Amino acid sequence: MKKSVCLYFQVHQPSRLRLYRFFDIGKDSHYYDDFANRTILKRIAQKCYLPMNELLLEQIKKCKGKLKIAFSISGSALEQFDRYAPEVTESFRKLAETGKVEFLCETYNHSLSSLASKQEFENQVLRHKAAIEHYFGMTPKTFRNTELIYSDNIGKEVYDLGFKTMLTEGARHIMGWMSPNYLYNNEFKSGLKILLRNYSLSDDIAFRFSNKAWSEWPLTAEKYVGWLKGSDGELVNLFMDYETFGEHQSADCGIFDFMRAFTELVAKDDELEFVTPSRAAAKHRSVGEISVPEPISWADEERDLSAWLGNELQQDAFHKLYALEEKLSLADDEALWADYGHLQESDHFYYMCTKFFSDGEVHSRFNPYATPYEAFINYMNVLGDFSIRLDNAIAEKTV
Amino acid sequence: MFGWEFPPHIAGGLGTACEGIVKGLAHNGVGVLFVMPSASGDEDQSCAKIINASDVAVRNVSETVEEFINKVKFINVDSSLVPYVEPSEYFSAIEKMKKENVRETSVGFGQKFKFSGKYGANLLEEVSRYAQVGGTIAMQYNDEFDLIHAHDWMTYPAGIAAKELTGKPLVVHVHATSFDRGSDDMVDSRVYAIEKHGMEAADRVVTVSDLTRNIVINKYGIDPRKVVTVHNAVDFSGRDDIHVERGVRDKVVTFLGRITFQKGPEYFIEAAAKVLKRTKNVRFVMAGSGDMMDRAIRQVARLGISDRFHFTGFLRGKEVQKMFALSDVYIMPSVSEPFGISPLEAMRSNVPAIISHQSGAAEVLKYALKVDFWDVDAMADDIYALLQYPALARFATKQGYDEVNELKWNGATAKLKKVYESVVKQ
Repeated sequence: MKKSVCLYFQVHQPSRLRLYRFFDIGKDSHYYDDFANRTILKRIAQKCYLPMNELLLEQIKKCKGKLKIAFSISGSALEQFDRYAPEVTESFRKLAETGKVEFLCETYNHSLSSLASKQEFENQVLRHKAAIEHYFGMTPKTFRNTELIYSDNIGKEVYDLGFKTMLTEGARHIMGWMSPNYLYNNEFKSGLKILLRNYSLSDDIAFRFSNKAWSEWPLTAEKYVGWLKGSDGELVNLFMDYETFGEHQSADCGIFDFMRAFTELVAKDDELEFVTPSRAAAKHRSVGEISVPEPISWADEERDLSAWLGNELQQDAFHKLYALEEKLSLADDEALWADYGHLQESDHFYYMCTKFFSDGEVHSRFNPYATPYEAFINYMNVLGDFSIRLDNAIAEKTV
Repeated sequence: MFGWEFPPHIAGGLGTACEGIVKGLAHNGVGVLFVMPSASGDEDQSCAKIINASDVAVRNVSETVEEFINKVKFINVDSSLVPYVEPSEYFSAIEKMKKENVRETSVGFGQKFKFSGKYGANLLEEVSRYAQVGGTIAMQYNDEFDLIHAHDWMTYPAGIAAKELTGKPLVVHVHATSFDRGSDDMVDSRVYAIEKHGMEAADRVVTVSDLTRNIVINKYGIDPRKVVTVHNAVDFSGRDDIHVERGVRDKVVTFLGRITFQKGPEYFIEAAAKVLKRTKNVRFVMAGSGDMMDRAIRQVARLGISDRFHFTGFLRGKEVQKMFALSDVYIMPSVSEPFGISPLEAMRSNVPAIISHQSGAAEVLKYALKVDFWDVDAMADDIYALLQYPALARFATKQGYDEVNELKWNGATAKLKKVYESVVKQ
């Protein structure tokens, strides 16, 4: 049996909020920084989504179907493609038509709902599932939660929603002596297969590729394929943000040439083959259950939830947001549901993170706010207006 | 070390900072001879020997008299130049001088000067006399020190004189510049000249923030390589927490400081008016006095918020702490603040602080909320947020308290010691 290589890319763009002062509360209910969202999306489309999609399409043809990949595209990102760069959706559709690409299901708004409310989590999942069916004409079978957040209980809920495979992080503190390079299953539901990210090999591409201080720089496709072959186990899961290609790692550092060479080498190789997550789950046998009592994620050194819910500001904003859920079901207003979804995006909570207050270099790159305080204040002002609208909508309905 | 004041008798923050520095240096194994114009004898001498310049006779060191006069000539400022006084005072000062026929050069050696150690009308005169006495003291204690350290412009001439006479390295410490005292077009050129001369003569210039460092480099033209920032710290030891019964149930937002152009009082008033348009259960307090107080009161009346905006006048000692204990938000909207110690005191009193980016304290306080002084919308938004979102107030309070407790003089003076070593070795 050939060793499997599973490539999966995450595509997401947040709905960045505009500068929303308390004077605006009750007066202006447009929350988004359309200019920033459009500019950033267009830039990333030009630098990453369009060229990388084209590259993958070419490679799928060139490798005669041996190249297989998986994407998860958040609903928030799909909406932005529609609004600002419909050609991106079109190019993903072309990839879908090759039949070699699996589209995964996640929460529609890249939300943290799995940690807040079973009901809202289900809403988000079903909404995303419908979106994938609508855009790409296929029903997703595999689930990946926001930021690869996973626990035994979340896994169980995902299984109950009809998924057979789920992705998460091969976090060191849960793996112990075990290797991520095998298939596992959920602690409670043996029917849910778990694929674990090989963070070391994934980060070689996603984080270290262009780092000239890295002892392995420059990374060639030959060297990297050698590492894949040399790794233990049956299956290597390479999961990363799609923005790695052309955005985090810029084109001039050679990332596109690397991916071209790498995909061809693996396709030709006698010992390796590309698989999609669903295929990996069918091909391999589970070596046992993996126990994750507390939620894990793929973020930061801690691989926990602290980037989103680590401080009191984040927790307060999070609880205040999900406390509105019941009222929302009474209001039954489409515009309110849409905003409620966007306000759930995990990014808003990430901006309030104080973990890296002093050396916020990595975080600040993705952060429109100068300080976590500003992020919190802005978000709470928006939420203040949202609650007023919610109350008004309920009042109108009961009249 | 040449200072101008030392606790317990202080008029501003300089004396408090000097005490912190002296104690911190002692902790780091550096002994200090502290020279001040007018010591009262009740200063805490456990960490430094305090020399009262008023007790020192200017010695007639015959072989160096010519040299002394030549070298310290530049500090002989005509004593009729009096900064910061009303015209009437100015004339009476001149009249008085004419009567007494005092001239700088007529001051003989072997005479003791009585310094006031205040910031009065004859400040420049005192500064120049202090320089002469400073030189003498430096000669007397020549064997006891390795380096001269002078705090703010009043002591620079003394520092220069001491350097000229002993050849020992000079460090001048910039706690404030002329640009922080007046607006750009109101800078006192005589003070500026003394400051510039002191910085040029110094082997190292220590600034209390990067903000001040930039002023020293850009507005005084000092070589960046010799300007080092050592951020201020604060000593909270021996301070009790005060609990005060509140008279009003409303939230209280406090401005505490001199009501002068530099402190940005009008921006606070504008922000207050904006917040009051939105929410009513809040009161604003402007504690302090200053030359813009009348204007501030008129502004409050014009905006129609005087029922919610209160002036306390100048507060001292325990009253300051009491004011903090009554506050829910502290705000320092300074236009130009070399450092600004009061937000640290607020945070230590469990009051979350909003400070302007134009303050040195903003460089060290991670857990204060920061705005540009002119951005009254942002200021209003931050005030509102601290009042309306308890999680934010709790977080900023708790983290801020822990943060300011970590800002110790021992750390700051360890850095200062390194500055010393860099010039003493040369």
